[in-house]
Amino acid sequence: MADYEVPEVKEYAVVPMPKDDVTNHLRPFVAKPEFQEAMGYAGKKVHDDPKEMPEYVLVDGWKEKALDKMGDLLGRYRSLQVFMDSCVKCGACTDKCHYFLGTGDAKNMPVARQDLLRSVYRRYFTFAGKYFPKLVGAKDLTEEVVDDWYSYFHQCSECRRCAVFCPYGIDTAEVTMAAREILAHIGRGQKYANEIIGKVFTIGNNLGLPEKALKNVLEGLEEDVEYDIEVEVKFPLDEKGKDILLVTPSADFFAEPHIDGLIGYAKVFHQTNTSWTLSSIASEAGNFGLFIGSYENMQRISMRVREAALQLGVKRIVYGECGHAWRVGYSFLNTLAGPFDFLDQNYPIPQHICEFTLDKLEKGELTIDKSRNDDKTVTFHDSCNVARGSGMGTEPGGQFTIPRAVIKAVCNNYVDMEKDTIHDATFCCGGGGGLLTDDLMEIRVKGILPRATALINAKEESGVTHMAAICAICKSQFTKVLPYYGFTMDQIVSVHQLVSDAIVLEGQVDPED
Amino acid sequence: MSTLIAAVLVFATLFMIGGIIKKAIQFSKTPAPLKIPVTPAPKSTGGVVLRMAKEVVLFSALFRASKWTWLFGWLFHVSLALAFIRHLRYIIDPEGIFGFMMPVISLWIVQLAGQYAAFGMLIGLGGLLARRFLVARVRYISAPSDYLMLILIMAIAFSGFLMSFVPGFSVDIVQVKLFMLGILSFNLQDLPEGTVLVAHLVLVAILGLVLPISKLLHIPGVFFAPTRNQVDNPREKRHIADWAKPLDKTRENYPELVASREPKAEEA
Repeated sequence: MADYEVPEVKEYAVVPMPKDDVTNHLRPFVAKPEFQEAMGYAGKKVHDDPKEMPEYVLVDGWKEKALDKMGDLLGRYRSLQVFMDSCVKCGACTDKCHYFLGTGDAKNMPVARQDLLRSVYRRYFTFAGKYFPKLVGAKDLTEEVVDDWYSYFHQCSECRRCAVFCPYGIDTAEVTMAAREILAHIGRGQKYANEIIGKVFTIGNNLGLPEKALKNVLEGLEEDVEYDIEVEVKFPLDEKGKDILLVTPSADFFAEPHIDGLIGYAKVFHQTNTSWTLSSIASEAGNFGLFIGSYENMQRISMRVREAALQLGVKRIVYGECGHAWRVGYSFLNTLAGPFDFLDQNYPIPQHICEFTLDKLEKGELTIDKSRNDDKTVTFHDSCNVARGSGMGTEPGGQFTIPRAVIKAVCNNYVDMEKDTIHDATFCCGGGGGLLTDDLMEIRVKGILPRATALINAKEESGVTHMAAICAICKSQFTKVLPYYGFTMDQIVSVHQLVSDAIVLEGQVDPED
Repeated sequence: MSTLIAAVLVFATLFMIGGIIKKAIQFSKTPAPLKIPVTPAPKSTGGVVLRMAKEVVLFSALFRASKWTWLFGWLFHVSLALAFIRHLRYIIDPEGIFGFMMPVISLWIVQLAGQYAAFGMLIGLGGLLARRFLVARVRYISAPSDYLMLILIMAIAFSGFLMSFVPGFSVDIVQVKLFMLGILSFNLQDLPEGTVLVAHLVLVAILGLVLPISKLLHIPGVFFAPTRNQVDNPREKRHIADWAKPLDKTRENYPELVASREPKAEEA
């Protein structure tokens, strides 16, 4: 493990005193101009010496371009316009952000983060800011301000926790997305998110896993499962005429514990005789267009799901375990890639794998031996995008009850973490919103503090051994960063991994212990 | 003097109303291209009305966030509402179209509540101001205007308190009413004597002028946040903004999608 200063864990999350410039040095790598341009953004290089670190500067006329873009977004997004005008600086949000709680940097307080943009909005777009800038805290747009934007709008995981507590519903995620969109237009695109989006367009998924490699992985999985339990569980790819298209994060194809979740979905489909397929052109549920606040890129990525459903002639779309993908799937897919009048209207479009599995569990179509999970005491991490940006089932709050119902149906020992760290008050894993990159490890190690504190308490008070999640980013972040807080990687599990462990398939032969 | 005050009041009132309407029109005309309610969110319009009412009347999100801020903030706003209702008696002509409201407004309990609201306002605002000084996080995010706004409203409440409770400062309220009705009927009457009264009215006028160009825009803003006022039904109902409609037409043309439709080389 690389060495990072790990914040001290106290019994309860302690609100730090705000300090200046604690983490303003933390910023992601800048995207290369060629990637920027492919996405309709701009970039500029100052030198081309391969021996030097590439250096990218703001494009010519960046200030006018930034203000033009801000004006454009203010006119296109009611959220941004209303949120810029409505804040009264009441301070309700100031102790709600995991990055502030983990770093103590004043600019990680949600309102202070918004103010990085709002102070410029006031200066150039409001009467008071034009004529009385000092009085109302309005600021000129300078390169220093842009640097602050680049740092602090990449220390926000767009988790919306602050929005839950804001009396005006101001959602910092919307502000962060707008700021990133502005930055991308003046040459400060984020390497991680933008180059991943490039891979989705050219290859089909975030990981750049080409179709052939994907096919090999899936065949290997079939062999592994058959070797383990002597049942032929299929992982079909690009098979036409199946009922269900499964769209799942590409991490499910090789990362741990994601892949155990994928095996879980396949076993559920197998036992319920459900015909399903994966698609090579929609081999990615994730949609990083959300993170960079780009409607156009988010739509372009979403169109792959529609295209795959049409080409394969499926009747239904089911999403695997991925937090932000589910926000895009549940809340935006119909808007971006609909209408889905060619699919079976008797099922939600799209449907979450937890909705699918719970339905089968309730109908008694799955053979479950809960005692197979008796070695674990499980808790559930509500992923931010699922908790605060989507829903499941037909009732508000289904996104909390349905995954828990699935877990409780396959595990005897389940406990929740502290009340103010679950459901819609859940803390982000610290790696969401396009921050799951090694160049931002320090902020990830610090941002996980509130979640780690709650998990440590659950471990000490209730003997929790495992934390389940339904988000590929959460799982990756936890397995990589929770070891800094004394946990092991295998304590993080997929919800469908628990299903996989408890399910008993016809003809299953368990390996001898 | 009376004419000047009348002019200032008229201008400030029109500026305030015009400014709020202009903002409300801007907010409502700006599209919300995506469904972004903070979930769990209501699945029906009725549910959204209830959610908004809880926020606007009870400040329920703020209650969850910070009990002290809620206590002072809610106390101030409720007191302001009570004081406002009490003041309606100055501008309602019992014989005019709003005359039917007079029996309620002149009820003893309504008037008394509006009078004692001065204390509620001062305590609430005092608490909010103290917070700005005492809590380091709130101090960090406060601009000079944030303090001045509180002080301005405190000065309004305090001048009202003086006239209402301290005998030496009391004013001829019958004449105040004639003055106000005079403005409304374009038949200007004299404003009664009283420095505190003049200060009270000028400060109110300043508040009216500040409102549409400041953070007091949270008054229309609270009703327009898509995070709170949207129905959570994106899977059932397609939601699309006008500016996004042209993208619907071009979306079939992305080169990588077109390429995916062509038969693969090895199969051909």
